[in-house]
Amino acid sequence: MHYTSPIREPLITGNKSYHDITQDISRSIENPPRLWWIALIISGAVATMGILLILLTIWKGIGMWGLNKTVNWAWDITNFVWWIGIGHAGTLISAILLLFRQRWRTGVNRAAEAMTIFAVMCAGLFPLIHMGRIWLAFFILPYPNTRGILWPNFNSPLLWDVFAISTYLTVSLLFWYTGLLPDIATMRDRSKGWAKTIYSRLSFGWTGTAKQWQRFESLSLVLAGLSTPLVLSVHSIVSFDFATSVIPGWHTTIFPPYFVAGAIFSGFAMVLTLMLIARKVMKLEDYITIAHIESMNKIIVMTGSIVGIAYITEFFVAWYSGNVYEQWVFIRNRVADPFIFGPMLGVEPAPYWWAYWSMMTCNVLSPQIFWFKKLRRNIAITFIMSIFINIGMWFERFVIIVTSLHRDYIPSSWSYYSPTWVEVGIFVGTMGLFMTFFLLFCRYFPVIAIAEVKAILKVSGDQYIEKIAVQEQKEAEQAYGGAGSFSPALDKDDK
Amino acid sequence: MKHKYLVGVYNDDDILLDAVTKVRKEGYQVHEVFTPFPVHGLDEAMGLQDTRLHTIGFVFGAIGTLTALSVMAYTMAIDWPVIVGGKPFFSFPAYGPIGFELTVLFAAVGMTVVYYIRNGFSVLRDAEVLDLRITDHKFIMAFCLKRYHKDADITQITRLMKESGAEEVYVKDMENELSPNLFRKDGGVITEHAHHH
Repeated sequence: MHYTSPIREPLITGNKSYHDITQDISRSIENPPRLWWIALIISGAVATMGILLILLTIWKGIGMWGLNKTVNWAWDITNFVWWIGIGHAGTLISAILLLFRQRWRTGVNRAAEAMTIFAVMCAGLFPLIHMGRIWLAFFILPYPNTRGILWPNFNSPLLWDVFAISTYLTVSLLFWYTGLLPDIATMRDRSKGWAKTIYSRLSFGWTGTAKQWQRFESLSLVLAGLSTPLVLSVHSIVSFDFATSVIPGWHTTIFPPYFVAGAIFSGFAMVLTLMLIARKVMKLEDYITIAHIESMNKIIVMTGSIVGIAYITEFFVAWYSGNVYEQWVFIRNRVADPFIFGPMLGVEPAPYWWAYWSMMTCNVLSPQIFWFKKLRRNIAITFIMSIFINIGMWFERFVIIVTSLHRDYIPSSWSYYSPTWVEVGIFVGTMGLFMTFFLLFCRYFPVIAIAEVKAILKVSGDQYIEKIAVQEQKEAEQAYGGAGSFSPALDKDDK
Repeated sequence: MKHKYLVGVYNDDDILLDAVTKVRKEGYQVHEVFTPFPVHGLDEAMGLQDTRLHTIGFVFGAIGTLTALSVMAYTMAIDWPVIVGGKPFFSFPAYGPIGFELTVLFAAVGMTVVYYIRNGFSVLRDAEVLDLRITDHKFIMAFCLKRYHKDADITQITRLMKESGAEEVYVKDMENELSPNLFRKDGGVITEHAHHH
């Protein structure tokens, strides 16, 4: 009934039973590690600082930031795009990998979906604050009003963004919570007292009947089908904010796929950063195995290479187009460093050359090490690399936004931008906010989808795969008589 | 009024699936099956009707597309036309992104809401749990004793369940009737006969 090729690596190790899975995953909810409190206090404090600085910005105005007449988008929009990108891994894992029947998604989908929601929440903050008068944010919605029936401009990509981001947040939230119901019911049936009361409310009365599961499967599949184009559309639309403009360096037709690949790239990096810590602290090594990490690293090397090709294509097209403004932005504003390319091309160094080369190093060069299996399966290297990519992808957005803006058509309005402490503080604050939400999620909800892991146990549990391997070995020996030239090798090098 | 159920507890999804098929072959209608995770083929083995949730999704999606396109066309081309970058008032390609987003939004929200309604899910609902181990590691088959009240039937179902691998068989009193969704409007159970046709 259940069959997996024995050369497939197990995704659940440690000879687990269904009951073990429940026990292991609910352990960190029932007996949280002490580290949790320390982490919560730190991230809570950072989040509070961020919120205070947001309030300061709203109170005093956008003048608290380092923006000027020339560079009117900078850290805030960089942070917005960075967070949105991070929010792309969750839906990719739960939707696209569900359609592709990738079983390894079950180890990380729940946490990645939660990350998506928190990241999109952080992202949404930035354009809202950037409006300046945040209390008028509802002006962006089309509703009959007393301002002479002034409708929003539906031709504007900025408005498309409003719809894309809010749809993405809503659909991700529905997907995540609906998937959580069976696991919250598990927590309900294990807990006592007030915890039981709360989990009982939150489980919405889930009982696990055949009909509920049938509808659940249908809903998951259709939501996955809807979310797949959705996740691709969201970052495409974010890229339209730039691509439909006439700013050199932004006016590029490859932006949509390039942004989407970058988003998935950075999203997986963040999933790895968090899950490598979580699997260690919460002792989930049997559920988030080296095989999971390797799979994610494969996606990273693929999307990282797509991003690399996009960078080079952009550069090539800027040169080949013969458009002097485009060429100026790429060479004089980005690439020309003071050491190699600047002197080589005989131009003075670009003011933001260090941002461009940080991006190139972190995003294009460093992930190439994941072509080596040994390195893909190395936890320490994966962790360091995930941080590198997070930094690199932040720089990518900074490079696109600031280097294009600071020196454009009219030299008299050329300027330089550097952030104020308020901007830096708000960005760091959103990281605190993100971590606070993530920690609360880890503490009160199953961080791995219990029911989904159980559903793949018989195809991906180590004991079952081994059984199939032994069985096939025997059959082969019978068929070919004796000595096994046929040996279904299980990959054991991480044990 | 209490509702009585004859309950068989299984340890394994494959054993349960075979058991459901076997019991139904003997002419007994399984009232409800509870599992800790979705077991593929269970709905077919039980003779459950297919869900129509995906159709609902399509309907809501279509409503979303129409809403988005009509609102954009009305505001931009009819109610208050404004020249933006020399584009035509009715600039259909520009309506693509929001048209798509609202299709997805309406379909997802609509389907999920219908899913909650059809399952009777609500924050106010207290689930009456038949067996606490269902959400952990046990697979449970329940028979309605209102339907099978004769001793002969009970003995026979018990025997069938034990033979098919049930590790425990017991009678459970429930305050609420299990899954009224299984029943048709006329009150009849969806039978073997109905399933085959």
